[in-house]
This record gives sequence, C-alpha cells and structure tokens, in this order.
Amino acid sequence: MDVKDINTPGYEIPQEIEGQVAITTLDKIYNWGRSASVWPLMFALACCGIEYICAQASRFDLSRFGMEVTRPSPRQSDLMLVSGTVTKKMMPTIVRLYNQMPEPKYVIAMGACASGGGPFKEGYNVVSGIDRYIPVDVYIPGCPPTPQALINGLIKLQEKISKQSIKSVRWYQKGEDQVSIPVPILGPDLIDPRKIPLIRNHEAQEELS
Amino acid sequence: MTTPAPIETIDFSTIFPEFITADTRPGYSGYVVEKDHLIEFATKLRDEYGYDLLSSVTGVDYLPDEKMEVVYHTFKTTGGPVLNYKVQVPRLDPVEVPSLVSVYPGVELQEREIWDLFGIIFTGHPDLRRILMWEGFAGHPLRKDWKEAYFEEESKPFKSRWPDGKITQAEDNNTFSDNIAYPAGFDPEKWVPEGEDALYGALAKYEYTSDDGIKSDHIVVNLGPQHPSTHGVFRVSAVLDGEIIASLKPVMGYLHRNHEKIGERNTFLQNMPYTDRLDYLSSLSNNFGYALAVEKLMNIEVPERAEYIRVIMAELTRITNHCMALGALFNDLGTFFTPLIYLLEERELILDVFEAVTGSRMMCNYFRFGGVARDLPEGTLEMIKGLAFERLPKKIDEIDRFMSENEIIRSRGIGQGVLSADDAIRFSATGPLLRASGIPYDIRRADPYSIYDRFDFDIVVRQNGDIFDRYMVRLDEMRQSIRIIQQAIKGIPSGEIQTGKPQYQVRVPAGESYGRVESPKGELGFYVISTGKPSPWRYHVRAPSFINLTPYGHMCVGQKIADIVAILGSIDIVLGEVDR
Amino acid sequence: MYGKGILKGLGVTLKRYIETYVDDIRWMGKRYYKTEGIAHRSSKDAKGIFTIQYPEEKLPSPEEFRFLPFLVYDEDENGERTNRCTSCGICSKVCPPQCIWITRTTNPATGRPIPDPAEFYIDGDICMNCGLCAEYCPFDAIKMDHDYELASFSRNIMNLQTLSKPASYYEGIRPINATKENQAREAKLAARATVVQKTS
Repeated sequence: MDVKDINTPGYEIPQEIEGQVAITTLDKIYNWGRSASVWPLMFALACCGIEYICAQASRFDLSRFGMEVTRPSPRQSDLMLVSGTVTKKMMPTIVRLYNQMPEPKYVIAMGACASGGGPFKEGYNVVSGIDRYIPVDVYIPGCPPTPQALINGLIKLQEKISKQSIKSVRWYQKGEDQVSIPVPILGPDLIDPRKIPLIRNHEAQEELS
Repeated sequence: MTTPAPIETIDFSTIFPEFITADTRPGYSGYVVEKDHLIEFATKLRDEYGYDLLSSVTGVDYLPDEKMEVVYHTFKTTGGPVLNYKVQVPRLDPVEVPSLVSVYPGVELQEREIWDLFGIIFTGHPDLRRILMWEGFAGHPLRKDWKEAYFEEESKPFKSRWPDGKITQAEDNNTFSDNIAYPAGFDPEKWVPEGEDALYGALAKYEYTSDDGIKSDHIVVNLGPQHPSTHGVFRVSAVLDGEIIASLKPVMGYLHRNHEKIGERNTFLQNMPYTDRLDYLSSLSNNFGYALAVEKLMNIEVPERAEYIRVIMAELTRITNHCMALGALFNDLGTFFTPLIYLLEERELILDVFEAVTGSRMMCNYFRFGGVARDLPEGTLEMIKGLAFERLPKKIDEIDRFMSENEIIRSRGIGQGVLSADDAIRFSATGPLLRASGIPYDIRRADPYSIYDRFDFDIVVRQNGDIFDRYMVRLDEMRQSIRIIQQAIKGIPSGEIQTGKPQYQVRVPAGESYGRVESPKGELGFYVISTGKPSPWRYHVRAPSFINLTPYGHMCVGQKIADIVAILGSIDIVLGEVDR
Repeated sequence: MYGKGILKGLGVTLKRYIETYVDDIRWMGKRYYKTEGIAHRSSKDAKGIFTIQYPEEKLPSPEEFRFLPFLVYDEDENGERTNRCTSCGICSKVCPPQCIWITRTTNPATGRPIPDPAEFYIDGDICMNCGLCAEYCPFDAIKMDHDYELASFSRNIMNLQTLSKPASYYEGIRPINATKENQAREAKLAARATVVQKTS
C-alpha cells in the first residue's frame, strides 16, 4: 500500500514531503494493519482442506497476503476457514474453537458443504451450513473451490475488513457480547441450546395431538 | 511374487453339507453358513484352506424378506479371486451374530460399524460401541425403515424438482429449520450425555506401586480432532505411562457424511461423483473400483482405448497420492513443510493434466460404465509424456537423495512402529502397509483387473514393517507407476472410448458384485447389490484407510508420544474414506 | 561421517535456491505477468520460482474446466433472445444432489406445456460441479462455466436471470466443443430438410 493510498483527500501536503507524510484516519491504519496479516486457524476438515493446503503451497502462495502463519491454537489466530463438510459429531468442537478465538475474529465458509450443506445436505449426520451456528463473513461456492477461487474469497475478506470502522464493529461495543454461542450437545440428535424452548414447545404440541 | 492362482473348484456345500448351502439367488454367488457353525467354518477356512486374510464384513438389511445378513469376503495372500459367504438371521430385535474377532482380529472395527449402523449385536466382541455415530444417537441409520430428517422420497429423481419445481430450502420443510429430528417424548433438559464414559471405560488402566512405595497412575490424553498434523478430523485417546504409550484407541466419525445411505437413494450413475469424495486425494481410483463393480453386474466390455486411458489415469493418481502421503509423513517426522512443498509442485503439474482431461483438479468424475466420459483432448498426451519420461523420474530421485539418508528420518523411522507379517495378515491390512511387512500381495498381480496383466512392473516389498520401510515402499511404487505409464503411452491404440450410447438411465440386472482395485492406500472394494431398480439396494465401500487403522493401537503400544503421529502418517489415512 | 545425509539434503535445498535466481536471470523480465512466463512456470521444464501470482496473473483454464453451470441463449441480429432450454427436465433428473428446480411454462389458454422454462433455480450451495447436467442435456442448453470468482457475503442461489449467458460467451470459453455441436446441429437440420423435401 502506497503512502498516497492512505492519504485522506482534502488536506494540503507540501510537495517536498508528499512521499513521506500522509494525513489519514485511525480506521484506515488499523484496518490496513489487520487485513494485511490475517492468521488462519489450522483447520482442514475434508476435501476443501486439501485445496487450502494447495493454496498455501508454492504455486498459489498465501504468504503474499500475509496469511502463511497458520496457528494450530485458536487462541493465536484471527480467521477460522471452515473448509469441508460440517458434521453433527464435529459441531461441539467447532463452536468451542470459535468461542476460544480472541476477537477480532472472522469466519469464511469455504466450499458448498460449509456454505449450505453441499451435496451431502440430505444426510443424517450433516449440518446444513455452518451459518446455522456461527456468523459467517464470506461464502465461497464450489466443490471444491480452486485455490484461485479461495484467494478471491480472501481478497473479498480483506475488502470487508478495510471497510469496517472501530466505532461500529461489534467487538468494541459496550455491554454484553451480542454474539455468544452455547456449545451444542450430542443427544439423540444434535441439540442446539438456543432452540430448547422450541423443542419443548414441539414436544408439548405432539403430546396434545 | 504372487501370480494369479488357477481357479479352484472346491464346492464347500458338498464338503460341509450340514451347515453350508450355496447361495442360489439370481445374480448372487458364494455360500450361506448357519449362524452356530460360523466360527468353526471360518477357522477351517483360515487354517486348512489357506484363506488367511478376511478382507471385508458387510451388513445388509432385507426388510421385505424379514432378514438381516452379514456378508464376509476373504481371499488368500498367495493369490486368487475373492470367496464370499454369508450368515442370515431373522430381523427381530435383538439381532445376534457370533463375532469373528477371535479368528480374524481385523474385523474389530468393521463389526462395530455394523452394530452402529444396523443394530446387529456381535456376541463375543471385546468392545462393542458405536464408532461412526456418537453414543446416545437414536436409532440405527442404515436400516431400511429408518428415515432421515430431510427424507423426501425413497429414490431419486424427486418429483418436487420438475415439472413444477418451486424452489424450497430443505430447512424450511422441517419443524426445527434444521436437519434434526428427535424421538417422541424427548426432554432436552433432562438429557445426560454418556458418550465419553464408554470410551474411557474401554481403555486399559494401569496402576502400580514401585519398590520405594511410590504409587503411579495413568494419564489419558486426547489428541484431536483438531490437530496440526494434516490428516483431518481424527481423534486418538491414549493412556500414557510417563511418555510411553500403554494403550491407545482411535475415535472416528467426525466426517461421517452418510455416503452409503445417500448411495441407496441415488441412481447408479448419480453415485459416480459421490465416489470421488471418498478418498479425495485419489479420486480416479475410487471411480475405477465403482465402475468395475457395476460393470460386473451389467456384464459389459470396455473398449481398448478406454482401458489404456483408465490405466494411465489410475497410475497418475497413485503418484499424486503418494506425493501427498510422503509429504504429510515428513511433516509428521519434523521436517517443517519443505519436502511437502517440493512434492506438491509435482502434484500440481499432474493435477493440471487432470484438469485438462476431466475438467476438475480433484473431483474428476471421469469414468462411466463401459468406458470413460470423454476422449483425451489435444495436447494432453504430450503433457503426460513430458511428465512421465522426463520430469517425474528426476524429481523422484531428487526426493530420494533428499530424504533417504537423512539421519533424523532414519533414527525416527527404522525400528519404530513395527507391524510383523503375521500381524499384518491377521489385522486385515492391505496395500503398502502389508507390502512393507514382507507379504508380496498386490491385486494388480494376484487377481488382475482391467489390462494390468499386459504390463511389466515389479511388486515392491520390504521386510521390516517399520515407518522407514513404508516410506521406501511408497517411493518405489511411484517409480513402478512411471514404468507402467511409459508402457501404456507407447501402446495406446485409437478407437472409441465407451461401449454403447451414453445414457443416464442405466439398466443394471439384479445380483450382487464385489469390485476391488489396488488403490494407493490398499484394497478398495465396492459391494453393490442391485434388485433391477434404478437405485442400488445396498452399497458398501470397503475402505482401506478404515481397516488399516485396526492395527494402529497394536503398533503404538510401547512407543513414545511423539511416534503416535508419525505412525499415523505412515499408515496414510484419509478421513473421507475412514468415515465415508 | 555422521551427518552426511543431512548435508546431502541441504545440498538439494541449496541447488533449488540458486536455481530460482538463475531462472530469473535467464528469463530477464519476461518471466512475470506475461503469458509465456506463466506457460513456462506450469510446464514440465518449470524451474525456480513456481508461484503464479493471482490476482495479477491468472492461470488459463483448460477448455474442459467445470465450475458452476449456466444457461445458454441464442441472440439474433435484432438482439432478440431465445432460450435454448426447453424445460425437458433431464438435467434436473440426472443431478446427483438434486439441486435444480425447473417450472415449465403452460399455455394459459389450452393448459398444455410450452417448451420454455418459467422458473429455473440452481442452489449453488448444493451443486457439486460434477457436470452431469451439461453432459446429458440434449439441446446444448446448460453448460459448465469457467468463472470461479464467485465469493460473496451471502448464500448463493441462482435464478433464470443470473444463470443466462449468451451463446457468444459459450463459444468464447469452449471453442472446440461449440464448433462440434454447431456442426452436429446443422447436419441434423440439413438431414431433416432433405427428408421433408423427399416426402413433399
């Protein structure tokens, strides 16, 4: 990024120091720092994970975007790249990992399975898309998306980050966190604790009829 | 070296007439054994008749006949075709069949899977717990009367898509707006999860007091399912004594995508793209196995040019798979990504060939029943020639020079994770795992399919059965694959590439068939039962990665914690196949 | 000597490192951002830096490449569009995950079906890019696209408007297949014309 790109228009800068001085907003600098070094969580679920590994390898180098540092620990990563089918047995683990990530954090649903269940949507062990449980920022379709499509998605995420403002983004607001996700329980089928009143309601209606 | 043995005409129904009858249903083969004599027959087959490797155990639900069946496939490691025999039991709960773990320890995980998905109890099994679903799941999913939450119709195509296809999301048709259904009378607040107690109860426990009076206890450590080793969502529960492993149990099912249930709803052609996603690193081998199984049922021939193209594609797939497997193995041994990046470069060039011929890098969907989908486009044969004759031999020698004499790889590989030859056969290991332990069994020689009998290649065997030998077996297999590709390119004829007109409504006569190929990970088998309808009645995948995990606990006992991941890398699993 | 194996391995790495500079010098400025450079880096003689710098350099997709499907319409000189799709429903029947929904138009007067789709939805979050719909369409109406830059901020359901693209676009991405199909179609029309001529 050039000094000229950061400069907010409308301010006069003398010509001698034009290449060294810029007048800018806090948002722009903050977003520039964050979008240029997003650290993904090392989390390859299925076939899309292999395309992610190919994107990390030497042909489509993710290191050019600052993303080559994949951390196995969620406490040290910014981005959860859900690549592959999300199954019910794995769902408590994914929500637990999401809760352990420190903010600011982003989620990308890579591939058809993470976006909306994919070709396995009708299965009894498959969750119809990760956005049923955790908020998703970018969806990348494809089965699997080629590494170039994945990099396109990451560039979209960088664009989204650079448009965010410190004043309005959800993790710097006062008060309780607006998004807190309880960990699902594995019962006779997957139980989402946010839906327990709905289940009780449904059971009561079934008993009546 | 194994050679195809002459087909014997032993008729077991005349040798043991009291409890064996030949299976005379149209299109079926093999024998039906009575339940009470099953263990006796299996022991005799193993000891007297030489069928020492039990390859696959499958459950089938015949709801209209009120029966459930367990099908066993076995073969001799000296070569020859597969023998199958079945046990039939009435379909009344509790359904019980004697367990064969005492005869063939390799059936342990497969019998657990049949209990999980069908509800058949195997009496005498040491640890009968669910394996792919979690403890506490309601029902046995692969039974014919068990319907999933998004159930629409028994088989595709669904009527709601055409001619009045109003788009609906499946979530909107379900009460909970999700793929969920609960049994009647379920109260979520009173539910107590019990899954983990069953697992930890099954691990062996150690407690001892040393001479000085110091009491020692065990530690249970869970590795995964999210783990930096790039093998996928796989969990290992280990009991540790300091740093030495005392007992180990793998936990799987985190990627169980219901391939077999969806397979029963699909038509035969629609199943082909789903097979790509089983072993997603070598998708063309999966296509090959499935095409062989259904072509056996349909009894059609494949034209010459299509056979040569199939062999070239299958061997290129073997090279891509071994590139990834060796790269991941070196990752687990501590070389931080450098050999993986070098090997992935070669893999990318081969994936370019797949993209040009089939349309996709990984999910190729290229084989059809009776041939292949389309012919090789202009220029692709030159690409393959350039790779096979010039680039790949040099690069494989470079990896050999890079890694084989490395002192760290040698000290961490030689003598670690040993699987002896007898153990490999007893635990039903196949593929490079079996050949590294000294048994020269390769399906391409023992029971040849397609045109492999025309090519000149060696079977790679090593004697020690440790991690280093498995690495060397895979490296040499890459060299043999290049030999086959070079011979196939020289001999490829021109001609048509598919028998008959391409059609999407495939007529498959009734019967059963078991088609198997030597996939890069082992023996990949497809057991397909057809009743003449457009969809299969039963569709089972004999997954090599799943069954090669049976000796995993046995190989790890006595090793250190750091070797858990290295041994897992040398077995070379892929989660799409383990969990299906 | 203990350690000889590690030194041999380090020699391999050193050779590759030097090759990156040698190859850059040999190609001297034509290696990056030019088509011959990209072709060299994806050929069997590729040496040195292997990276294709997306988004400035894009790997050319081969003709058979398949991503999500699209519908083809013919456009004549006046700009009038005719959909090739006759809503026969074969693509919807053959789709493995059943992600195609088609509503056929009916003539409001007679109640009989008209071969034109009223609605055509593909759920892009279920599509597995298998290409069976394109393979079995008898009217060359649905084909697999090459466009993979589809990342978005919401789910991806495509309708008739977003799916339709002109035949000129199709001939641009798949020239060999398009010429073969056009020839086959013209041959069939010519054969039918001669039959009509003979019978009349």
